[in-house]
Amino acid sequence: MITPFQIACRNLLRKKVRTFLTLIGIMLSTWVMVSLFGFNKGYEKALNRDIENMGYQLMVMAKGCPYEAATMMLQGGKGLRYMEQSMVNDIVKEPEVEKVTPILMQAYFDPNKGESGGIAGYFGVDPASYPAMKPFFRFRSGGWFHDEAAQEVVMGYEAAELEQREVGDMTMVPEKNVQLKVVGILERTGTQDDGTIFVPLKSLQRIAGTAKITTVGIKVKKDADMSKLETKLYQLKDVQVVSFSQVKQTILKLIATARVMVLSIAIVAILIAMVGVVNTVLMSVLERVQEIGILKTMGAMPGDIFRLVWTETLILCSVGGIAGIGFALLFAQVTDILVRRILPYAPGGGLVAIDLPLALLTLVTIVGVGLLSGLYPAWKAGRVRPLESIRREG
Amino acid sequence: MTESGMVLAARELTKVYTRGSEAIRAVDGVSLTIRRGEFVAFMGPSGSGKTTLVNILGCLDNPTGGELDLAGRSIFGGGKSLGERDLTRVRRELFGYIFQNFYLIHTLTVRENVALPLAFYRKPGAEEEVERLLKLLGMEHRMDHLPGQISGGEMQRVAIARALVNRPEILLADEPTGNLDTRRSEEIGEILQELNRNAGLTIIMVSHNPDLARLGGRRIEMRDGQAYES
Ligand SMILES: Nc1ncnc2c1ncn2[C@@H]1O[C@H](COP(=O)(O)OP(=O)(O)O)[C@@H](O)[C@H]1O
Ligand SMILES: [Mg+2]
Repeated sequence: MITPFQIACRNLLRKKVRTFLTLIGIMLSTWVMVSLFGFNKGYEKALNRDIENMGYQLMVMAKGCPYEAATMMLQGGKGLRYMEQSMVNDIVKEPEVEKVTPILMQAYFDPNKGESGGIAGYFGVDPASYPAMKPFFRFRSGGWFHDEAAQEVVMGYEAAELEQREVGDMTMVPEKNVQLKVVGILERTGTQDDGTIFVPLKSLQRIAGTAKITTVGIKVKKDADMSKLETKLYQLKDVQVVSFSQVKQTILKLIATARVMVLSIAIVAILIAMVGVVNTVLMSVLERVQEIGILKTMGAMPGDIFRLVWTETLILCSVGGIAGIGFALLFAQVTDILVRRILPYAPGGGLVAIDLPLALLTLVTIVGVGLLSGLYPAWKAGRVRPLESIRREG
Repeated sequence: MTESGMVLAARELTKVYTRGSEAIRAVDGVSLTIRRGEFVAFMGPSGSGKTTLVNILGCLDNPTGGELDLAGRSIFGGGKSLGERDLTRVRRELFGYIFQNFYLIHTLTVRENVALPLAFYRKPGAEEEVERLLKLLGMEHRMDHLPGQISGGEMQRVAIARALVNRPEILLADEPTGNLDTRRSEEIGEILQELNRNAGLTIIMVSHNPDLARLGGRRIEMRDGQAYES
């Protein structure tokens, strides 16, 4: 027996091109929508992952020291402020602290870097505590230093790439003319570590002629009160505290602006799809007035006709919506690249995360919006009088 | 069912159309009764009000005045009428309709067209009626064809099967052969006569074909909205 669902399908197949174009419209708006929401989720996840990859959630730096190593490098290391290494012992005493690691940042001008020379960033790290902060570091070749004052370096992926170094090569610290041996090269992490050259803390201190450090990385205990710790750290003399959760908030605020833009695009896309649905369904109702009248002489109630037309809308929206989600999944990479272009800061890894609940939510939204737009045409169809089929004869 | 076997009673039905300032009395005070199992043919010149009248009798249109009872139930009368939903109930309970233009759905096969009313309403056992009727009307070899692949006479047979699938009491046929040649008209006429005789189907038919109208046991002539029994 033929069901109302089959009747609705046949109706849609009657005007294949029109149905197809409507489907495309719904598909595109679903695609935009699911990618947008997927991006919201994915971006924060990626950002968290990036911050997780820092290995520590707080940094203590000497006051006046710029936030970012990049800024420090632009100033050629001249703006660096130092603090006593004994600071580490004070910090580790705090109950919220799980681990600490002292770091000495140095920047040297390398005349052989690039066309007109460039700044090389050196990180003096403590072989005893630093690797434990970064357990996720993977070596492309080699490994960590052999002892705490070894004349050795570990190079980030890009730093090694730039200098064309292999494990076993010698490298020269510019300005200081000290030779160090490459013992390890890291895999790409997608973070600043890729461009960094790591040296044992003691060796870099000797090269730089100082016993001080620039930074302490702090890993906070799970569930510890971070803001309480921050307040206490601020009481240390001449230091400032950088919290990555603050940095994250700042970045997320920047992202919110970009998000509003994309959201408005999504809303416009949905409106266009909605107009498409209304147009398609209304046209097909008007074309079929006579036929609908005949269905009424057969005993179809206004509600039956309403449901029939509404079913058509439902089919259009679900098929278009599912196709859109499928495309979004298929082309998540493309979206990723597009999104990266308009973002102020893009963390590494996939930015668009589409999971089942999100896909379902989008589908429900699209179908909901579609059914809303189908209301009017369906209502109109339900009101067709049976007589109209006969009156239109001549 | 009333004792007298009366299925339809109309009293002083009128239908007035106003076109600008002019009032057209398309149906002008028609009273008649139809018994169960009758075959009534309405004749008369074009514009005499046949279609308007049978549409009112078949609950497809509202009269301007007068009363109509169907199967002992008041449909129109005393200035009020049943609502659209109740009218639909009466229609699907009592009537099957066929028209000059068949109105088959072109994307559905013959079988699906006949089964179409069942998507909305089905009397018990109506499913079996689809094939039985198509066989009865000699269409069993065309069941999976589309309407575009069969002749006009065959289309009207399909329309008849569709009208009868829910076993109505009354078949309402407005110019059922208006689009058919003489031979096909005769065939359809024979089918209607057989349905009336063998199945006891009440038929209300409009036709200006005298040969077809002669099939009806009862003929009513329409002139200027008024009905004359002959
Ligand atoms: N919807 C309408 N609006 C105005 N006048 C109508 C309408 N339907 C029918 N008429 C008029 O009513 C009269 C009867 O028409 P109709 O019942 O179709 O006649 P018949 O079926 O006998 O040819 C005609 O004068 C026709 O013009
Ligand atoms: Mg007529």
